[in-house]
Amino acid sequence: MPRLTMNVPELQERALFVRRDIVALLARSQSGHSGGPLSSTDFGTVLFFHEMSVNPRKLDDPARDMWHFSIGHVTPVIYALMAERGYFPLVDLLGFRQFKGHLQGHPSKHDTPGIEVSSGSLGQGLSVACGMALGSRMDGNKRRVYCVMGDGEQQEGQIWEAAMFAAHYKLENLCAVIDYNRKQIDGDVQDIMGIAPLQDKWKSFNWNVLEVDGHDVAAILRAFEEARATRGKPSVVLAHTVMGKGVSFMEDDYKWHGIPPTREQADQALREMGTTLEEWTARLECHTAPEVAPGTGRSA
Amino acid sequence: MSGATPAAPQAPAMPTLLKPEMKRTREGFGHGLLDLGQKRPEVVVLVGDLSGSTNVSFFAEKFPDRFIQVGVAEQNMMCVAAGLAATGKIPFLATYGAFASCRSADQMRVTVAYTDLPVKIGGAHGGISVGPDGATHQAMEEIAIVRSIPNMKMIVPCDYWETRKATVAAADDPHPNYIRFGREPVPVVTGPDTPFTIGKANTMREGSDLALIACGVMVYEALVAAKELETRGIHARVINMHTLKPLDEEAIARAARECGAIVTAEEHQVHGGLGSAVAEAVVQSHPVPVELVAVHDRFGRSGKQDELMTAFGIKSPDVVRAAERVLARKRAR
Repeated sequence: MPRLTMNVPELQERALFVRRDIVALLARSQSGHSGGPLSSTDFGTVLFFHEMSVNPRKLDDPARDMWHFSIGHVTPVIYALMAERGYFPLVDLLGFRQFKGHLQGHPSKHDTPGIEVSSGSLGQGLSVACGMALGSRMDGNKRRVYCVMGDGEQQEGQIWEAAMFAAHYKLENLCAVIDYNRKQIDGDVQDIMGIAPLQDKWKSFNWNVLEVDGHDVAAILRAFEEARATRGKPSVVLAHTVMGKGVSFMEDDYKWHGIPPTREQADQALREMGTTLEEWTARLECHTAPEVAPGTGRSA
Repeated sequence: MSGATPAAPQAPAMPTLLKPEMKRTREGFGHGLLDLGQKRPEVVVLVGDLSGSTNVSFFAEKFPDRFIQVGVAEQNMMCVAAGLAATGKIPFLATYGAFASCRSADQMRVTVAYTDLPVKIGGAHGGISVGPDGATHQAMEEIAIVRSIPNMKMIVPCDYWETRKATVAAADDPHPNYIRFGREPVPVVTGPDTPFTIGKANTMREGSDLALIACGVMVYEALVAAKELETRGIHARVINMHTLKPLDEEAIARAARECGAIVTAEEHQVHGGLGSAVAEAVVQSHPVPVELVAVHDRFGRSGKQDELMTAFGIKSPDVVRAAERVLARKRAR
């Protein structure tokens, strides 16, 4: 079963590629979210290039782990991760949000093979992941299930219905990750509707709670390791992140939650990341067949 | 010897249209799940703290390892079912229809229907016939909500047997389904051998003066109305439109062409239900006068099944009056 086990520098390089993809695809679509995808990039990369067993060649592989982004609006990072991991060619990223492309604004199972369940209405994904985890356990399937949530999303009541459910059924094969970037579309989370103390909330719902710097790849690796070893309860990783991470003028500014950069801004962002819009777009354009990143990983 | 002749043991009276056998449709759901439990290992059942009143308790006793109690959390239940379906299960969930259709409508729309997962939604306590619980628990908007969502199928069986068959049939359909059933015993008008196919209406009685198209418990009321109309020399066709979506438009067009007048009958709000669906089909195929027997844009209230149905204008005499109106319109054309 293809589980890559990349080391820290390899993962950091891959995360840089994913960030460049995000900026380039948003520059092309001129529609979509910038902030959350960039804050989710590092733990997302660790999930796709180390932690999870996924099989882009055989999407219904029973040995695959299952993953679900409850925050459907972070499609730029989801699609960039999928393309870099070999689900579809990188060139497809340039069709993001376009009528003729297969990459919808929010994840759609029937448009984008590899998406397990469509999402986009906040608050529903953890419940879906609970069903995946319970169904897998009923079948004796040893897979793990990963669910990515947002911090603003914690305001949805259904999250807490699912939190209760997962602990009640002791879903130790379930690992949630919260992109704790402290921003939501209208402003700072603490101003809009405070969610603190978030760690205590999850602890009191009988979850194993892990807190990490969501941009420290080594720390993220350790957190997933610990979650994997935890028995009798589900785990949640509170990943403390910075909205817009990696692009100086986007970082920590809620205004970048739901808008794309202009082409000029994208070029500036990509220059900060050691390339240019023209150069990186050309890389995407010439990549028309999916392949798993070569040389860097070994099968586990 | 007293000389008195001992009374012959009385044979149980054969059920007739006016003295029908009465049985709960929710029992049909419960027994349908039992049928499936034996045949289909991938069937699992979820409930939101209503095992007894939705009759999924039958399944829970027999197949405890495939029964999932979710507690009072309908939104979570809808999405947990979706996650289970993503692993290859065929999940049936049960709660009151008022909650299944409204409380978790967004979950049904986005997670279940948009993904097109084979989640089977059992909406119990449908319609005003729920009785004493009153308006909050009388689901009367389900058809309108469910049939407006792409990929969903909507089934409103008419009696015990049809509910049981619909439950079994739903498991064979690789798409999401909603099955609406009720609380109180209702007349049995079909048998174990009556054919049932999702999307194919059953003609319960032939006639060509007008067509009565009904679903759920109103199929019985339509049959009673047809019998009454017969005494006046009016031959009414009675169509059991158990599937609201996909709608058997062919049966409706045929009824319009051959009968020239239609009355619809449902235990549901007039906006968006069976009457609306039939009218949409009729105006696009063969326009004829249509009268709608339904709950007219008002909330329910507490009371007994019969008195509520009378008060809300959905008993057989209401169907008869609607038939008279529609025939007058037909004659005036």
